Amino acid sequence: MNIRIIPRLDIKGPNLVKGIHLEGLRVLGKPEDFAHYYYECGADELIYMDAVASLYGRNSLVDIVERTSREIFIPLTVGGGLRSVDDIRTVLRAGADKVSINTAAVADPELIQKASRAFGSSTIVVSIEAIKHDDGSYEAYVDYGREKTGVDVFEWAQRVEELGAGELVVTSINQEGTGEGYDLDLTRRIAESVSIPVIASGGAGSVAHIYEAISEGSADAVSMASVLHYNFVKQRSVSEEAFEAEGNIEFLKGKWGSLNFGKIKDATVQEIKQYLIENGITCRYQPEEAAHA
Amino acid sequence: MPETKITAAIVDYGLGNLFSVKHACSHAGIEGTITSDREKLLQSDVVILPGVGAYRDAMASLHKLDLVSVMQDIAASGKPLIGICLGMQLLMTRSYEFGNYLGLGIIDGPVVRFEEPTITTRDGEKKTLKVPQICWNQIYQPNGHESWDGTPLEGLDEGTYMYFVHSYYAQPDDPAVWLTETTYGDITFCSSVRRDNVFACQFHPERSGPLGLKVYDNIAELVAGRN
Repeated sequence: MNIRIIPRLDIKGPNLVKGIHLEGLRVLGKPEDFAHYYYECGADELIYMDAVASLYGRNSLVDIVERTSREIFIPLTVGGGLRSVDDIRTVLRAGADKVSINTAAVADPELIQKASRAFGSSTIVVSIEAIKHDDGSYEAYVDYGREKTGVDVFEWAQRVEELGAGELVVTSINQEGTGEGYDLDLTRRIAESVSIPVIASGGAGSVAHIYEAISEGSADAVSMASVLHYNFVKQRSVSEEAFEAEGNIEFLKGKWGSLNFGKIKDATVQEIKQYLIENGITCRYQPEEAAHA
Repeated sequence: MPETKITAAIVDYGLGNLFSVKHACSHAGIEGTITSDREKLLQSDVVILPGVGAYRDAMASLHKLDLVSVMQDIAASGKPLIGICLGMQLLMTRSYEFGNYLGLGIIDGPVVRFEEPTITTRDGEKKTLKVPQICWNQIYQPNGHESWDGTPLEGLDEGTYMYFVHSYYAQPDDPAVWLTETTYGDITFCSSVRRDNVFACQFHPERSGPLGLKVYDNIAELVAGRN
């Protein structure tokens, strides 16, 4: 089957942000610009994740979804702060194809069932944010990695499937933003224990990590942020005045020549796909696609 | 006479992402209206039946909205009728999704579930693929078919990738109506059908990038040529 490459856009207010372990969010730019660019580069889907659950705030995620879904014709999953069937309907009506739920699903597992009945299983993605403890156990966290739940992620994954979720996004908070690679053990254990597709998330620092998530982690799709975002940021000069004063813009104030990406070896969507194909993983790759349009 | 815009009725039966269909219509210059009003269906130039979700619920909803006979009438009238994803399945005779449910009966044949689609890995191991199929997959002309010219797929290359999300697929009885076929694991299925004015696809052209949008452009041209 064809693996999907899914850029993940974490959004705070009007800005695209990126942190480490989901903390210390830095502003990288406007989500719309990133979304357009990834669409044109052949991304297979996009995930928008609201870092502060500002669904109904000024410059809210719903506005961004509305604007971009008219121009970007690949599946769009939207998550962050969705509490109810009505919230889900609001985001779908704005143009999302799927929604991702975590906090509200842990608080009220029946929401998964209600939502998958109302909108179809394939519309409901459950996001599992996992922290690995020293004893090797994995606990599900909610509220964008801020709150513990006491729930074992492997039991939760099976329960979520039974309740009718169509897909899982599995994020390792330990790995997230570090560029040290996905948690392959976590990804594989979940991917092999459920019959629905699993999207690996958190930790990609190179194209090789993405390959490993598929070959060793058994992921059906892979989501990544920094690897792609840093590449895009490098390619263009952005004026920091373009961004509103909210958020940490230290990153953007840095001199472009001396950007420190830590362990991240950035890449484009095409470079990721080329690497996968060279290593025997199939995916949609049509470099000529833009010429047809 | 001023050029009038092509109108599409996007059938709203409570399920599915109608908005991406509407946006793709706009992109192709088609004025899409999301509606469950049978008069609007009859007045529009083209009727689009989209949908995701459960077959039984979708048919129950179409019955409740009293849209079953009007859909059948539209199919018989020669007006272009497009089914997408679950919309394609609903055009079929029946589905075995969680039971045995009658569909619209516009295209003869059942809707069946993916039964353990399997691949053989490079190491020679058998691996069962996930169901639902959620991925981009390729469309090909079935054996014996010559061309997509004059269909909504005109101008697309063999092996074009489209976006799929489904656990069930349609099996039209008449091989002549198969417009494309697609392979998932070791299962080759009918990924789109065309019979006269009826076109339906299991994939989502409105979510399949620039080449998917071409399907909407072609629909606009075919409808304009008919008017």
